[in-house]
Amino acid sequence: MTKKIFTNAEKGWERGVIASKIANDLPHASYVNLGIGMPELVSQHIKDDREIIYHSENGLLGMGPTPNENEIDFDLINAGKKPVTILPGGSFCHHADSFSMIRGGHIDYCVLGAMEVSVNGDLANWSTGKGIPAVGGAMDLVAGAKNVFVMTQHLTKEGKPKLVEKCTLPLTGSGVVSRVYTDYAVIDITKEGFKIVEINENLSIEYLQTVTEGRVYQ
Amino acid sequence: MQINKIKTEIAEMLSDVFDGATIMVGGFGEAGSPIELLHGLIDHGAKDLTIIANNSGNGRVGLGALIGQKQVKKVICSFARSAKGITFQELYNKGEIELEVVPQGTLAERIRAAGSGIPAFYTATAVGTPLAIGKEEKIFNGKKYILEEALNADFALIKADVSDRYGNLTFKKTARNFNPIMCMAAKQSLIQVRKLIEPHQTNPENVITPGIFVKKIIEIDNPIIETNAIEEELIYP
Repeated sequence: MTKKIFTNAEKGWERGVIASKIANDLPHASYVNLGIGMPELVSQHIKDDREIIYHSENGLLGMGPTPNENEIDFDLINAGKKPVTILPGGSFCHHADSFSMIRGGHIDYCVLGAMEVSVNGDLANWSTGKGIPAVGGAMDLVAGAKNVFVMTQHLTKEGKPKLVEKCTLPLTGSGVVSRVYTDYAVIDITKEGFKIVEINENLSIEYLQTVTEGRVYQ
Repeated sequence: MQINKIKTEIAEMLSDVFDGATIMVGGFGEAGSPIELLHGLIDHGAKDLTIIANNSGNGRVGLGALIGQKQVKKVICSFARSAKGITFQELYNKGEIELEVVPQGTLAERIRAAGSGIPAFYTATAVGTPLAIGKEEKIFNGKKYILEEALNADFALIKADVSDRYGNLTFKKTARNFNPIMCMAAKQSLIQVRKLIEPHQTNPENVITPGIFVKKIIEIDNPIIETNAIEEELIYP
């Protein structure tokens, strides 16, 4: 099946706006794992009315922001292997314990990027099918976290829908995604299709349907 | 006579390593990477090694250097891609090295299982993905799981922060990562440690890896920092 290509895509929400929508949906006292890249922005938008504890797969609970240049310690890094800090109340553990937090269902929310999300909640975000295959912790996160949020642009760089009837790329997990935040809309995965929670104020539902494969409804 | 696992020469640490051995290499990226022991393994010259690690090395130091010397036939890891990776990528693209991709949590659990005498376990991770192909499936309470087998090793090369002569180890910050479970899973865990202390200085409350899981220890008080080594374009040997 050839996918529709949209060259004149509407201007959607900025990344910071998407991040703040996710931040508002994370309840006080949640344990959260933010994926590398765009999801990392979420931590900058948490309001003062709540405290969120960040988990990093490499054995760090209570992760803090990037350190100043003179405080960098290459023994204190995040899952993306970048220097980070640890906040008061944080702790270190070994890898099996860290992944027990994930696989044992103790992480409340994880926020990940996506290449494709299907209408039944399948996620593809680890492999384009080309190059050296590398999965990291993505399959554990989607299988184990209580809620799997996806943060992504609605369309690929080539203008193709990322929300699809069926994923064509290798899956990260099957039926795992609960909610998708894009520059066009916030969408829940339901048995009836992609349910619109919020739509970008500049877009109509009809337009959203044209840039989404699979049924969109409100 | 006292128990004393401390060695003074890296060659002594690696004296039992043989061609075809399966070797776990601790660390996550560069945090906890036992670079001096890996360089010792290059000097040792063992070939046809299977390496179990999270990554596949950066630049031409440590694991990157060992792979570059063509001493490794297979890598079992979760993430073999890296901006600074050179040697694995070169050999992989030429078809000269095997790769088994394992989800990171499954990798950790397979290692822990090996260290605890558990031959296999069921997990939900990777169900419905290409990494589940060929694996036994079973349904528990209506949910699908796949069977994953323990990962044993002949040796583990580990970097710790502090040890006494019994091998009671502590690790620094996120440099702990895979190290404690690899010490448990290998027949011989070989530890390079930043600082040796006397047993009476060890606080038993703070020991992360008890000495029963440790075979040999060597003090390397000022280990190579991978990022700096790559910036300085260090090449080993």
